[in-house]
Amino acid sequence: MSDNGFEPKIVAFLCNWCTYTGADLAGTSRIQYPPNVRIIRLMCSGSVDPTYVLKALLDGADGVLIGGCHPGDCHYQSGNYKARRRIIALKEILKQAGLDEDRVWLRWISASEGQRFADTVTQMVQYLKEKGPNPMKREWAV
Amino acid sequence: MEPRPRIGVYICHCGTNVAATVDVEAVTEFAATLPGVVVARHYTYMCSEPGQALIREDARALGLNRVVVASCSPRMHEPTFRAASQEGGVNPYQFEMANIREQCSWVHHDRHEATEKAKALVYAAVMKAIRLEPLEEREAPVTPAALVIGGGVAGMMAALDIAEAGFPVYLVEKSDHLGGRVAELNRTFPDLEPVSEWLPALVDQVQRHPNITVYLNSRVTNITGFVGNFEATVEGAKEPLKVGAIVIATGYDVFDPRRKPEFGYGIYPQVVTTLELEHRLAAGDLTVNGKTPKDVVFIKCVGSRDQQLGRPYCSRVCCMISAKQAQLVRQALPDARVTVFYMDVRTFGKRGEEFYDEARRAGVRYRRGNVSEIYRRGDRVVVRVEDTLLGRTIEHEADLVVLAVGMEPRPEAADIAALLKLPRSADGFFLEAHPKLRPVDTAVDGVFLAGCCQSPKDIPDTIAQAKAAAASALIPLMRGVVPMEAATAIVDPELCAGCGMCVEICPYGAPGLDPLWGVSRVNAVLCKGCGACAVTCPSKAIRLQHFTPDQILAQVEALVGW
Repeated sequence: MSDNGFEPKIVAFLCNWCTYTGADLAGTSRIQYPPNVRIIRLMCSGSVDPTYVLKALLDGADGVLIGGCHPGDCHYQSGNYKARRRIIALKEILKQAGLDEDRVWLRWISASEGQRFADTVTQMVQYLKEKGPNPMKREWAV
Repeated sequence: MEPRPRIGVYICHCGTNVAATVDVEAVTEFAATLPGVVVARHYTYMCSEPGQALIREDARALGLNRVVVASCSPRMHEPTFRAASQEGGVNPYQFEMANIREQCSWVHHDRHEATEKAKALVYAAVMKAIRLEPLEEREAPVTPAALVIGGGVAGMMAALDIAEAGFPVYLVEKSDHLGGRVAELNRTFPDLEPVSEWLPALVDQVQRHPNITVYLNSRVTNITGFVGNFEATVEGAKEPLKVGAIVIATGYDVFDPRRKPEFGYGIYPQVVTTLELEHRLAAGDLTVNGKTPKDVVFIKCVGSRDQQLGRPYCSRVCCMISAKQAQLVRQALPDARVTVFYMDVRTFGKRGEEFYDEARRAGVRYRRGNVSEIYRRGDRVVVRVEDTLLGRTIEHEADLVVLAVGMEPRPEAADIAALLKLPRSADGFFLEAHPKLRPVDTAVDGVFLAGCCQSPKDIPDTIAQAKAAAASALIPLMRGVVPMEAATAIVDPELCAGCGMCVEICPYGAPGLDPLWGVSRVNAVLCKGCGACAVTCPSKAIRLQHFTPDQILAQVEALVGW
């Protein structure tokens, strides 16, 4: 069932200093990866509000990628640790609510890891294709 | 009330970099239909003067109050387009960029998919732009002094240039002398000039310079602050050193050939490194076990271009060092046979190829081959080599084997990187901000790189980079002010309950509770704009300007919706 024509949508929240720059490096190195990911630049992974992730999932994103600096490398000293705690808590809440916490990926990707960024996106697209569309998508009328 | 958004959208072809993959006309037509957009254009190079003029002239003629450019990464040209917007009368913080090159046209090849993604990115940028607020750029004063870490040739040259421009320089060196690795050399390529003819004079000049304070046997143990206003704790300095800019020139380590045990280094006295041969050439003693060598072998790329050792890069100097030392050995021992085993000969640079020719004319034999092992036979050693041109294995008896060891990052580089949050490339050397355009800058404003801490290089390249780093460090020092982060956190006192969680979480001590009103206030000078407080605030009273929840949620909606 891996390829039934389903193309997952991924929203990525990337920190300006590491992962966003790593994604740029994938570009300058012309490393190809699937176009399913759309990137939002934030200054720090520690500024990713769980509501942003929930909003993306409820709007119909099939996956959310949060990218930050490796532990110890945060431009703001400890923002990535804050992100890690928040995302762990968020995933726990998603799980408690019977929702699919595996659609949220937190990854440390540095400014020099263009290949790692491309690989991460490729893996995530493959994973979500196998998983299928996001059932959380909000379908009620307001 | 805020005037209604009037947005100009500009899609850049970047020559063919974008336009070959993304249908720029389709994206432009799409952009013109988006809310608030009054003009949408595409142009060959938006960063060129005519491209910027489009923004300026439209902004004036059409009364734009927002500008969106879809082109390269904002890390590349955001300052360019912010300036163009400002010249057109648009607040530079009401400019937004869609990255359709690095994160679209360069990484996808399907034209349809890339075009649809570009539309989504432009849509999200417009949605954010509608919600962007005007911000005011402020300036902070600069401490007119510089810190240089590392007292080798790179650090000394950078220190001298900054000092000559009239600013105090603190030069920190961990050993007990200046000169670094170059002080261990005998003669340098391609002119065979003795280091002793110029290095002591340079060291002397640095030590006597009235603007330079040298700290020997000293390390930097802590650094706080930001461009223009760093504070460094240095061993041997009574109080923290206040500086406006920092040059890192911590140099390199040489590869330890014990990590290739098949070469017998450290076991056979016949096997030495190029650095050890420098010392022997300087002392004029090339004897091994009391005998004058009759056969000398050089082995190149020891610890370089070696995937298995995790050293895939070329160390750039070993070919020239081997050519130099082979010539010097030929001069010292005219009767000895001198052979260089190489993978490739890379003698680039000014007079490099000529120097290699001179070595061969002097009787140095170059033989293409991979050395597999070295073992003892009597009082000589045997170098076992696969001749990669003949395609067979040969055994070469030698009295002296010189391993041309490569460069590697110093272990202490990790400490410096941790102090300043500096990224390093996969090989462990410090990462420059851009491989072409910002070769001495780092991800941290006000911190610059010089010499082999950035990547292996020879002395002329090191000095060129040191002088470039000094010139870059002088920019904030001479201007006297640095632009301050305008996108700081602000508190809505009506919403703030004074719980103090923002005070707890901020690593910079920017928010504080107002003793009179009991609500939080952010000291904009201290705020770095990371946004951690905004996420933490339970009543959403703090928000990070330029990255507000309504702006980001609008981006999310656009990206998921398209």
